[in-house]
Amino acid sequence: MIAAREQDGDRSETTSAPPLWRPGPFATTEVPEVRKVAAFGGIYSNHRALEVAIADATERGADLLLCLGDLGAFGPHPDRTAEILRQAEIPVVRGNYDDSIARGLDDCQCGYTDPKDNHYARISYDYTLANTSPEHRAWMGSFPDELRFRLGSLEVLAVHGSPRRMNEFLWETTTPTHFLDGLVREADADVVLGTHTGIHWSRPLGPGRWYVNAGALGRPPNDGNPEVWYAMLEEVDGELVHEFIPVSYAVEALANEMADEGLPEEFIETIRTGWWTTCLEVLPGKERSRGRH
Amino acid sequence: MDPPPGGWKAAASAGSKSAPGPDVPTAPLEALDQLWFQVSGTVCNLRCRHCFISCAPDNHSFWFMTREQVRDALEDSVELGVKEYYFTGGEPFMNHEMEAILADTLELGPATVLTNATLMPRRRARALARLAEDSLYTLEMRVSLDGITREMNDAIRGEGAFDRCVEGTAELVDAGFLPIITCMRSWPEAETEGYLEAFRTLLAGLGYHQPRIKILPPLLIGEEAKRTRGYEDTERITHEMLHGFDLGNLLCSRARLVTARGVQACPILLESPAARLGDTLAEAASKPAPLGESACFTCYLSGSICSNTGSTTGADR
Ligand code: SF4
Ligand code: SF4
Ligand SMILES: [Fe+2]
Repeated sequence: MIAAREQDGDRSETTSAPPLWRPGPFATTEVPEVRKVAAFGGIYSNHRALEVAIADATERGADLLLCLGDLGAFGPHPDRTAEILRQAEIPVVRGNYDDSIARGLDDCQCGYTDPKDNHYARISYDYTLANTSPEHRAWMGSFPDELRFRLGSLEVLAVHGSPRRMNEFLWETTTPTHFLDGLVREADADVVLGTHTGIHWSRPLGPGRWYVNAGALGRPPNDGNPEVWYAMLEEVDGELVHEFIPVSYAVEALANEMADEGLPEEFIETIRTGWWTTCLEVLPGKERSRGRH
Repeated sequence: MDPPPGGWKAAASAGSKSAPGPDVPTAPLEALDQLWFQVSGTVCNLRCRHCFISCAPDNHSFWFMTREQVRDALEDSVELGVKEYYFTGGEPFMNHEMEAILADTLELGPATVLTNATLMPRRRARALARLAEDSLYTLEMRVSLDGITREMNDAIRGEGAFDRCVEGTAELVDAGFLPIITCMRSWPEAETEGYLEAFRTLLAGLGYHQPRIKILPPLLIGEEAKRTRGYEDTERITHEMLHGFDLGNLLCSRARLVTARGVQACPILLESPAARLGDTLAEAASKPAPLGESACFTCYLSGSICSNTGSTTGADR
């Protein structure tokens, strides 16, 4: 169903348990058509929102559910997110967080320089690393850097940050249309689908050509509302039709779990209020001024 | 030109004397992500002690860019896939066409202005805010303030600079901007948290409650050189040093600087003849940057500190 490309060829060999899904050696031309795809951006261990989103997307008739990476960070019990994704056989594109956790790197590769942002990034990274089982870490090591598939007549390339770099931030207000146009052209695709920023947006680039940022399932988009979002994409008459779908879930239950795990009050506040309290320095001025902190 | 403040003065001037030999290592342009404009040349209303290109009211070695010149480069930038536009000087707002230039730019992409904020009357701050509102893209104001007190800042930036900068910053905040306050660290690293707190207090007093503060690492020059040591004139990037080094850490691997008379490899080497890569952007983008200056050695050690924090391609490499 999907063509996957791995930059480090043999990562999947480190998987200890048989993976429920494995990036196959499919050539793009042999990929059967997908009609409707649901794309989940960063999960950040929000297993409760993930469960609701899977049920919701299935009910809406998606024939492919896919995750764009960053399973961990922020939320509680990272293994739960991994189990849900594996159970549902949802293919995952490698995010910077997954890459760091799989390889046991020192940090999440978000590149913060502000001491406050770094302080919180460290807490969530250390917690996530300590609470992800070796089996799941090995599984994360098998994620491909990109997934390519056909959505009706459209060729879609799914990545985490950008086609050229896993941790490249593509914000709506810092990404020129001509730049996106070049990315999509170089990717040899009609649609590029990504996440990493945590705020959903999209830009038309011509007939049937789009960049779509699915946002994040793990954390609300700094808009003062606790709902989180995913993207649904479909091809209709050669054109991409897509929609961002809000997900309501048991926010309080998640907040309580986070408190029980000793995660910082600041993270819990974001889950409850919908306002970002940390990782603020990477936000462009326009996006940041829409928030409260 | 503010960042990197505290400058490259010694390094850049020492380096510019040397002609690039055949042995000089080079950095190819990976992608032209950042396009910089020396939009006010070397003309500035201030005369900071640490300015690495000695900008001043009477330094006319580089003159203002016209709106037409900027437009030409903007046109070329579309084909070259530029992601972010930066404006520096001197003081960009010494250029009378600056607002029009920003309007042109914001039709295409995000713009960042490196300013000392001392020429920021209410009328201008409001006009800039309207430009920002009308654009899909963000307009970032990066304000240089080198201290938390009048004494600390004005010792570097000249008498009266602190008060005028603080007033200008307040106008920007009042107009709806979240300026990025940039300061070179002139204290031991362990004291940074305390200084950040002092900055936050100062800015809160101006009504700035979502402060964005960027502390730049100090460089081994000036006072710092006396405390530790400076660079030797002979310190240069060699081919051996580049083994296993990610050239993507150097700004010149993804930026070019357009001036009123030609295009330079990067915003640091404004005055280096060797770093002048062509008359047009397309020409300069097709050539690698020669890494023969002492300033390059500084880049090698410090990485690129000129980009915005969390810049799309800067801080996260
Ligand atoms: S304000 Fe003017 S003199 Fe001071 S560092 Fe910037 S360009 Fe140089
Ligand atoms: S000064 Fe730095 S950015 Fe400029 S050419 Fe030298 S290494 Fe590159
Ligand atoms: Fe990410």
